[in-house]
Amino acid sequence: MAIEVLEPGLATSVQDRGRPGYYNVGVPPSGALDLYAAAAANALVGNDVTAGVLESAYMGPKLRFRDAAVVAVTGAVVPVLLNGQEAPRWESFEVRAGDELSFGILQAGARIYIGVSGGIDVPLVLGSRSLYALGAFGGFEGRPMQAGDVLPVGAGQGRVGVRLPEGLIPDYPKELAVRVVLGLYDYRLTDEGMSSLIDRPWKLSPVADRIGFRYSGNTLKWRERKQPFGAGSDPSNITDAGYPVGSIQVPGGVEPIILHRDAVSGGGYAMVGTVISADMDVVGQSAPGTMTRFTPVTLDQALEARAVYRARERDMIAATS
Amino acid sequence: MGTHNVQTPIPGVFYRRPAPDQAEYAAPGDIVTADQTIGLVEVMKQYAEIKAGADGRVVSFEVDSEAIIGPGDVVAVIETSA
Repeated sequence: MAIEVLEPGLATSVQDRGRPGYYNVGVPPSGALDLYAAAAANALVGNDVTAGVLESAYMGPKLRFRDAAVVAVTGAVVPVLLNGQEAPRWESFEVRAGDELSFGILQAGARIYIGVSGGIDVPLVLGSRSLYALGAFGGFEGRPMQAGDVLPVGAGQGRVGVRLPEGLIPDYPKELAVRVVLGLYDYRLTDEGMSSLIDRPWKLSPVADRIGFRYSGNTLKWRERKQPFGAGSDPSNITDAGYPVGSIQVPGGVEPIILHRDAVSGGGYAMVGTVISADMDVVGQSAPGTMTRFTPVTLDQALEARAVYRARERDMIAATS
Repeated sequence: MGTHNVQTPIPGVFYRRPAPDQAEYAAPGDIVTADQTIGLVEVMKQYAEIKAGADGRVVSFEVDSEAIIGPGDVVAVIETSA
């Protein structure tokens, strides 16, 4: 079983649920930026949710299937074309040997997921098939897809016509609120700086990839202090510390960056808050221009939101079986 | 005579020149071919070329250089001879 890549799309890579457990030695978790959509792409074609899928940013690839397969496309709102004819989203469909899958112009969201019965079967690296492009390992030969690549596909048995009820299909709005737990360095902001962070919307810039999402719009004011030994001279600098995935750093106080699943593991910028895990998919589906508010929640509220997220994912998997 | 709207498939920052010190890819009035590059979109530290997509004459650019554009936005209009 194999799939030929005729056109790679943009930053198309093999992803799964990631490789947790190595961030302490600088290897980030990687994995799909929208884990729910990736899990759905697998569940709809009868795969375990841990199977490999393709993730593209903004522009989908053009693929030719060498063998028959069951396929599902989830994530961003984009026309799905099978041999030029519109195919469904969030619903499994049959692909015959020689068929070509391509995509139209993105309408909402940012990342497209393609699940194939049997899963994209690239080798496991540290327990995951996910590409970590900065490290040049995982995925297909440690890099994003290129035209001419031939992707291995595992053996699988999917059913055609499996789809999710509307309530389990997310929408991808251009204005959204992202929940954050403040800290560890929010005390370094003045009251006015904190107000700028949480009371006004931020606009996602085009500088948004698997490593981080950069926003603009406001300026944060920092409290005066004598910078400690080891910290840089800018008030947004700290003595180096570990960066949680989802943490928000604000170099120079002007452009908050949310670190995502390919993030560097540490450095010298003050983190004013961390996006809760339940909202990281929403960040991953943000396209440039998305107006985003950071809404503070408590750790208990974050854990409750995670429980809700997990229950919804279980409902989604149950709806496909 | 027909018109062809040149759309960007990806979001990002639009540029009409390959580099700041080089000439524009095309200007209104120029004759272009379908596979000719008329602009660049920068996103995720990558530059993607925007092709004219049709043979004809450039009527106008609909967005300025360094403007932030979204998928499907029309960046230029081409008058086709077909």
